[in-house]
Amino acid sequence: MSDTVTFKIKRQNTAESSPYWENFVIPYIPNSNVISCLMDIQTKPENSKGEKVTPVVWESNCLEEVCGSCTMVINGKVHQACSALIDKLEKPITLEPMSKFPVIRDLIVDRSRMFEALKKVQAWVTADGYHDLGPGDRESQSIQEVAYKLSECMTCGCCVEACPQYTQKNNFLGAAAISQARLFNMHHTGKNITDERLDTLMQEGGISDCGNAQNCVEVCPKSIPLTESIAEIGRQVSGKILRNIFKA
Amino acid sequence: MSRQRVIVVGGGLAGLAAAMKIAELGMSVLLVSFLPVKRSHSVCAQGGINGAVNIKGEGDSPDIHFYDTVKGGDFLANQPLCKDMCHHAPYIINLMDRLGVTFNRTPEGNLDFRRFGGTLYHRTAFAGATTGQQLLYALDEQVRHFEVQGIVEKMEWHEYLGAVLNNDGRCVGAVIHNLRTGEIMALKGDAVILATGGPGLVYGRSTNSMVCTGTATTSAYLQGAKYGNGEFIQIHPSAIPGRDKLRLMSESARGEGGRIWVPRKAGDSRSPKDIPEKERFYFLEERYPLYGNLVPRDVGAREIYDICVNEGLGVKGEMKVYLDLTHHTPEFLNRRLGGILEIYEKFTGVDPREEPMEIFPAVHYSMGGIWTDYTPTSDGLIDYQSPNNQMTSITGLYAAGEADYQYHGGNRLGANSLLSCIYTGLMMSPGVINYVKNLPEAAEDHPQKVFDDASRQWQERFSDINKMNGSENPYALHRELAEQMISNVLIVRENSKLEATLDKINEFESRWKNITCLDTTDWSNPVPSFINQLWNMIQLSKVITKGALMRDEFRGSHYKPEFDLKQPDDFQPETYLEFEKQKADGNLNESAFDQQHLAYMKRFAENNEKWLKTTIAEYKNGTSGSEGGPEISYEDVDTSLITPRPRKYN
Repeated sequence: MSDTVTFKIKRQNTAESSPYWENFVIPYIPNSNVISCLMDIQTKPENSKGEKVTPVVWESNCLEEVCGSCTMVINGKVHQACSALIDKLEKPITLEPMSKFPVIRDLIVDRSRMFEALKKVQAWVTADGYHDLGPGDRESQSIQEVAYKLSECMTCGCCVEACPQYTQKNNFLGAAAISQARLFNMHHTGKNITDERLDTLMQEGGISDCGNAQNCVEVCPKSIPLTESIAEIGRQVSGKILRNIFKA
Repeated sequence: MSRQRVIVVGGGLAGLAAAMKIAELGMSVLLVSFLPVKRSHSVCAQGGINGAVNIKGEGDSPDIHFYDTVKGGDFLANQPLCKDMCHHAPYIINLMDRLGVTFNRTPEGNLDFRRFGGTLYHRTAFAGATTGQQLLYALDEQVRHFEVQGIVEKMEWHEYLGAVLNNDGRCVGAVIHNLRTGEIMALKGDAVILATGGPGLVYGRSTNSMVCTGTATTSAYLQGAKYGNGEFIQIHPSAIPGRDKLRLMSESARGEGGRIWVPRKAGDSRSPKDIPEKERFYFLEERYPLYGNLVPRDVGAREIYDICVNEGLGVKGEMKVYLDLTHHTPEFLNRRLGGILEIYEKFTGVDPREEPMEIFPAVHYSMGGIWTDYTPTSDGLIDYQSPNNQMTSITGLYAAGEADYQYHGGNRLGANSLLSCIYTGLMMSPGVINYVKNLPEAAEDHPQKVFDDASRQWQERFSDINKMNGSENPYALHRELAEQMISNVLIVRENSKLEATLDKINEFESRWKNITCLDTTDWSNPVPSFINQLWNMIQLSKVITKGALMRDEFRGSHYKPEFDLKQPDDFQPETYLEFEKQKADGNLNESAFDQQHLAYMKRFAENNEKWLKTTIAEYKNGTSGSEGGPEISYEDVDTSLITPRPRKYN
């Protein structure tokens, strides 16, 4: 085992400036992950040429793969940096920001488009108020298990990074938002605005933009059945189109 | 009066609950967060949220929940607040269910409940093992809905630096730092709520997220707000070692039957599966037959420390014990604990369904925090209309969630944190609005100079930080601070070490001035912000360490062996109630008690007389030559509802 680890990091100083690659060589320490190595670089910010440089900038918070912050492209694959263990990665390790979002700086990107998508699909339950209105509806264990899986989505961006249809130039909502629409359409009161959600998903950027590449489900760190969600929303949209025809 | 609004700082459970409730009541909210609110630290909470819904027909009730909470906290919590929180817990769980949280279900379709530490009842509602994440998402969705309606405005990627105080010392806004552009500005707000979580990063690696520096609450302390019970830091018995952080292994693993053990033979090198049952030491089950693996966290952490350090029985001679779930089927485990088992497997490469987990204690939660006020009603609950609820000692500045000090006394029970966060956010909101509506003058109507002065002061501070050109690396200095705190202000505390730590912290404070600002660019640069956070962490570490040094007793998470009152093994807490009753009636019959018990009860009463008090830290500016620091005083605790008594869990 080598006593150092080399990182090739794609850096970018500002949103407008050009990216460049910089290498860092740090001591190998057992049980490291990408985040602990980035932290090591912070304590001694020198590139492989021995030049003092600014520490690499990244986004992270929980470090246990539940917040979604530290998503980046590691050795060409989109992944959370916290759960990317050094011992399991080929060396040298390359780190790049996600390509489907505007770069802010270094490994930080702006994922606000994903949160905007949650607004568009109205990913919420409409409540009468937050006072005591008694218990919610009963629910079967089997439905809870499906809903729970969908509700683990942390808006991390892996699914849309891997999606060939999602680009910085179009307005595809992406698998995460479509799956959230499915989650709320199956909730007892969330489904009260199913029609509004489907209206959005029938428009440009909606369900028809999915090219069925199925990359999303492959890369989802939470193993959310995203293609099932897309298929289910597809059925709901088709049903609505049919109903519209009969109404007309 | 001009248009008014409330600034909520922090987008975890407490901040989102407050934003949601205030928006519902019709007042505009400006929600400021260091990062997108959906990524807040509340997502790390795993096991569940407590509420005595009594689904299992065990006879559980809010009053028993209240008693367990107060006892778990070693009687240091103000009781009316705890009582009100526990009485509202079932409603809060129902509310979160209505808002779409995917709680686990019973076969009939009711909410399912499991056991947690410090109680004998099934009181913890849960959504797999990612309950905090699910609760946070439900509130995030509601707040997003208000955002679309224009009632809530979000400013993510902004860090709170300090309060704007007017000439009367009233808070009329917040100075915030745009973490993208570096711009520092003063925002106008008629009330400011700090819902900024805990300070785990003072200890470097903990179960806390990277944003949990305690900077915002420390800033309030440095501006004159009182800080309560700083020395009460919860050490969670079960975490997974890691170089970047210590990942939590939820108490729910034990709530679902997980068993803690070590090999009876020190240094046993066999694989755990090869160690036969009779050679395993289930030390919690043996020492605490009643609560077993579900003793409160302070007790569990101390026992693990004792087994590993004093008895030398840690797994492979290290500070680790086994947490064993392998007697359950993988199907059962996946349905009820899936999230945490996946985390363990991902980060260690070992499947906990097949092999016992190796876990150890880690810094987890701060019971202490910014001092806050409340107004009780005559029946021992809380007057929701009172503007005092959750107000700090700075008028108009509020605190909620882990940032405050009120609910957990000397030790928090598992699954009470999610409850206290949502509860404070909801409970305080009507009072905050009453406060705002009755102000003589809106923040908007204050002279601009008040805000310009505040932002200028912080701009100068950051300009100075940018010029720092010494030899210290701020991240390396942070690691040194953390090492001191981990070594000396953790599970077992000794005065000589605490004194030495205070000296060390003062040294770090001097060395902080010799930091070099590694990055002076003005775009998305976290370094100046971190240097400022580090200063605050140094200040807070003084509060924690000095509070610990001065509190010469053993209470909850604060354990000084030297002051252990040594409860006799056969002592029953009810005896103490009789003792107190006789004393109160003026006819104490000493001969009626076992003499050892009597002596212990006298020690206990005397100790409570002196130490059953809230620690208050107030920042005092340094005089020439010395830095500022905390001045410690003590405040009475409201114990009007449940008589304090010795804790016992076996």
